[in-house]
Amino acid sequence: MASLKDMRVRIASTKATQKITKAMQMVAASKLRRAQTAAEAARPYAEKMDAVISNIASAAAGSPGAPVLLAGTGRDQVHLLLVCTGERGLCGAFNSAIVRLAREQALSLMNEGKEVRFFCVGRKGYEQLRRTFDKQIIEHVDLRSVRQLGFVNAEDIAKKVLARFGAGEFDVCTLFYSQFKSVIAQVPTAQQIIPLVVEEKASTAPATSYEYEPEEDEILSRLLPRNLAVQIFRALLENNASFYGAQMSAMDNATRNAGEMIRKQTLVYNRTRQAQITKELIEIISGAEAV
Amino acid sequence: MATFHFDLVSPEKLAFSGEVDQVDVPGVEGDFGVLAGHAPVVAAIRPGIMVVTQGGTHRKIIVLGGLAEVNEKGLTVLADVATSLEELDRQAFADQIAGMEAKLAEKEGSELDRAIERLDHFKSIQHQLNTTAMH
Repeated sequence: MASLKDMRVRIASTKATQKITKAMQMVAASKLRRAQTAAEAARPYAEKMDAVISNIASAAAGSPGAPVLLAGTGRDQVHLLLVCTGERGLCGAFNSAIVRLAREQALSLMNEGKEVRFFCVGRKGYEQLRRTFDKQIIEHVDLRSVRQLGFVNAEDIAKKVLARFGAGEFDVCTLFYSQFKSVIAQVPTAQQIIPLVVEEKASTAPATSYEYEPEEDEILSRLLPRNLAVQIFRALLENNASFYGAQMSAMDNATRNAGEMIRKQTLVYNRTRQAQITKELIEIISGAEAV
Repeated sequence: MATFHFDLVSPEKLAFSGEVDQVDVPGVEGDFGVLAGHAPVVAAIRPGIMVVTQGGTHRKIIVLGGLAEVNEKGLTVLADVATSLEELDRQAFADQIAGMEAKLAEKEGSELDRAIERLDHFKSIQHQLNTTAMH
């Protein structure tokens, strides 16, 4: 049985831990709000971009001269998995959920006899994937020193991906990130970005016939690389919001668990203390009676 | 005068949204003005100064490339970077031009051509800024 002093020390240390997790929860909550606004502010641009691209692309996709970013290389032998994860832990299953999805896809692709390469964004995903796929990781970008995610970061990543695509290193590129549904729900998502998947429009209304300046294919060839950066930027922002959401609920859980632990420990401490007092009283009384 | 809806969005935020009278857009194949009822057009934008006329006041916004789309709902500009004239840090802009000039030496072929073209656009923006400042 631990002595009373040991118990007091243990309770104090649990309380200190609770203070830390509580503080982390509050920090995550305030950062979440910022991340969410950033994700929302980026939405109009991405939506407009989607609309314009699908407008032009649906016309261009069928033609033989369509750009490779849209039509693909015609093969699907080598796959590049662009895995975006967080830079830090203490956020529940956030990082491992993304990595698990990427790993499952990689294994099923390899079973089909395809080649798989990885491009890791974020330290946590890199560390987890390195254990199993060390040789297949061709590049790894750390965003640790970045304080405020800017479009520049996404552009840098897009440039690296495009350079490798231009060199013919892969045929299909899939982006992995966590979609932000709500504070308690983050959905790991896979999205194919090269070749671009253009969603068929549900409406039957004829698309407006635009005049293009310069020619359609020239606009398209400017727009497609740009769209890649936009998609990556959106993924990074969603990821960021998801990360803080996951961290907030993880820390909330931890705080609650610590509270529960403190309650139990205090109970045991008080019982032991009372038992000891009773024991001492009995000793004194029986001593007095003996005299 | 009839007005139309104008949205200016950059990847990071919605920079402008509202009813305007006229917008002058620096297209890659020349500047063009958009008024209410303009024909549907999709045009690429070069780095330049966009002039937004709203009830007799003019606002100048610097855009560094992007895309303009006119449809029946109005004009939407997807700008790579959009800064209003008041917000622009002239020193930083001058530094950026100096940086681009320094990098020219490393480039070659069509990449060099493109870099020079882009630099020219930047310089013409700077020229316009400096000349309008004197009035």
